[in-house]
Amino acid sequence: MHLKYESQLREPLVYGDKTYSKVTEDIVRPIEAKPTKLWYIGFYIAVALLMFGVYSVYREVTYGIGEWNLNKTVGWGWDITNFVWWVGIGHAGTLISAILLLFRQGWRTGVNRAAEAMTIFAVMCAGQFPIFHMGRVWMAFFVLPYPNSRGPLWVNFNSPLLWDVFAISTYFTVSLLFWYSGLLPDFATVRDRAFTKLRKRLYGIAAFGWTGSTKHWQRHESLSLVLAGLSTPLVLSVHTIVSFDFATSVIPGWHTTIFPPYFVAGAIFSGFAMVQTLMIIVRKVFAMEDYVTIGHIEAMNKVIVLTGSIVGIAYLTELFMGWYSQNKYEGYTFWYSRAYLFSPYGWSYWGMMACNVLSPQIFWFRKMRRNIFVTFFMSVIVNIGMWFERFVIIVTSLYRDYLPSSWSVYYSPSIWEIGFYAGTFGLFFTCFFLFAKYFPVIAIAEIKYVLKTTGEGYKNEMGNIEAQKLEEFVHEHAH
Amino acid sequence: MAKKKFVVGCFNDEAVLFPAVKKVRTAGYKIHDVYTPFAVHGLDHAIGLRETSLHTAGFIYGITGTTTALSCISWIFTKDWPLNIGGKPHFALPAWIPIMFELTVLFAAVGMVLTFCYLCQLAPFVKKHHFHPRATDDYFVMVIECTEKTNIEDLKAFLTNQGALETNFQIAEEGWWLGRYDKDEMPFENTEVVAA
Repeated sequence: MHLKYESQLREPLVYGDKTYSKVTEDIVRPIEAKPTKLWYIGFYIAVALLMFGVYSVYREVTYGIGEWNLNKTVGWGWDITNFVWWVGIGHAGTLISAILLLFRQGWRTGVNRAAEAMTIFAVMCAGQFPIFHMGRVWMAFFVLPYPNSRGPLWVNFNSPLLWDVFAISTYFTVSLLFWYSGLLPDFATVRDRAFTKLRKRLYGIAAFGWTGSTKHWQRHESLSLVLAGLSTPLVLSVHTIVSFDFATSVIPGWHTTIFPPYFVAGAIFSGFAMVQTLMIIVRKVFAMEDYVTIGHIEAMNKVIVLTGSIVGIAYLTELFMGWYSQNKYEGYTFWYSRAYLFSPYGWSYWGMMACNVLSPQIFWFRKMRRNIFVTFFMSVIVNIGMWFERFVIIVTSLYRDYLPSSWSVYYSPSIWEIGFYAGTFGLFFTCFFLFAKYFPVIAIAEIKYVLKTTGEGYKNEMGNIEAQKLEEFVHEHAH
Repeated sequence: MAKKKFVVGCFNDEAVLFPAVKKVRTAGYKIHDVYTPFAVHGLDHAIGLRETSLHTAGFIYGITGTTTALSCISWIFTKDWPLNIGGKPHFALPAWIPIMFELTVLFAAVGMVLTFCYLCQLAPFVKKHHFHPRATDDYFVMVIECTEKTNIEDLKAFLTNQGALETNFQIAEEGWWLGRYDKDEMPFENTEVVAA
């Protein structure tokens, strides 16, 4: 007996003949097993990178942001590039869990947990850059509006930089709440299976005493749905506001009205690429190919080719407007500083074009979308391309603006600025390794919810019933 | 909280559970709760629960956020410290929309999660009675509250007839108390430790 029905034409979302307890078993197994040698190696590399980042930040805090090779003309360099890059990556998780929930996309269940975790860690990394870019980081709390003894001197509510403070902190908080409320039932599952005292105790604390009561599930459903509804405009607002940091200024190459949709598409593009990079590794290492199927990977590749093409259209529109506006500063920025290959930073523009616009077009082919190696390679390429995009926007607009007397010499980062970036990789992967080891990387309860409609075993059974019915029907009505 | 008597029936298929719930209710038994490993749609209505109003609370928290942002910013920028920014109007509503929106979302989300935790009595270190450890794995655990008139053996047999794989009788305390899941003893067996 089945409660729901899904067309046989759709690929199953869960392969293998699974039962509810098998789902629990498969997903909780890595948590209960000892970490592998590979896990330790990866974890220690991540921690080493993090330590290098901490030292780089120490240098910057001690000697000031001149330590990063920033100068009066290029006041935003790698740091803000990295900030926008990490925030962009942090968009896929909430997009998958919120927008795809509202669109009733069943495939989100396999990847949402890890994607949300990735979002939270990416936003944590992103936050470091503007904070340490302040220079006197111990005064970072000045960005908060609170009655103070300095007047009170308030923050400027009309500034997009302050909107960013609100947008990013809200985004982080809401993503964290959404993620954790989804984790409660799964922590309870781990707790109730635990066979060591320590595990029972720790997961008992983490599960908040979850029992699985029907009333609690009803409220939980309502909570998830409303949080999804709130997160959907939120996720679009965050990168829109990040793009306002540029778009509301008067720097050639920045003050364009196309920025908000173009940034949001780019954020989704890079976020999905990062999800691909991580999920391809996770499904392999934890043997979860049955849950994160090739169908999931294909679906995400479709999003990548769509958003990559939107970003491509945006690049071309910018170039067109650079010429069509007949504004010489715009024209100079777009056609000389960016699109001319032999200008000082022309290499970064063409790197961006190759990685973001040309190479993802390979995903128009179904075979390529379903190829793990191509997908993995492309996911890394896309994120390199998206880093170039932010670098192009920030540095090529800044290093030569209206006055040739204020043009800067060639800006390249110092080892400490690179070290800071490496350090955020360390932070991101340290968190992700811990998450992969100690958290259910796939939403157990949500997989169980879709199992009987989209699980391979149940679909086959349903297919048999359907075929039988057809035979009976033909038999009855044959004369 | 007082101890109560419960008869527990465990099912492993929601398709068996639904008719059983209906039969149990028609037979006049009081279903205390059904514990499930995931959200089974329609089960809340089947056991006679009313719709939750959590989303209404979320709406109220949301508009609280909007009005907080609008009133604070407009007071600060027009009354408390009217800063001249390039001669632009002090009451610059369009520029405040981003922050008003963000605070709406923030208030609604935080408020709803806290309300959810309060209503469900969920918090770290909170411990509750679990009728079956597999309720978070693959069992749908129907818990029926006994009255003085209830014949426990009859009820167990009735549940088995409805497709329950496992039935048992438990004396338990509903509600919650502070405790740890690595401690096996239950506080309701030891009258001194009861916190709830």
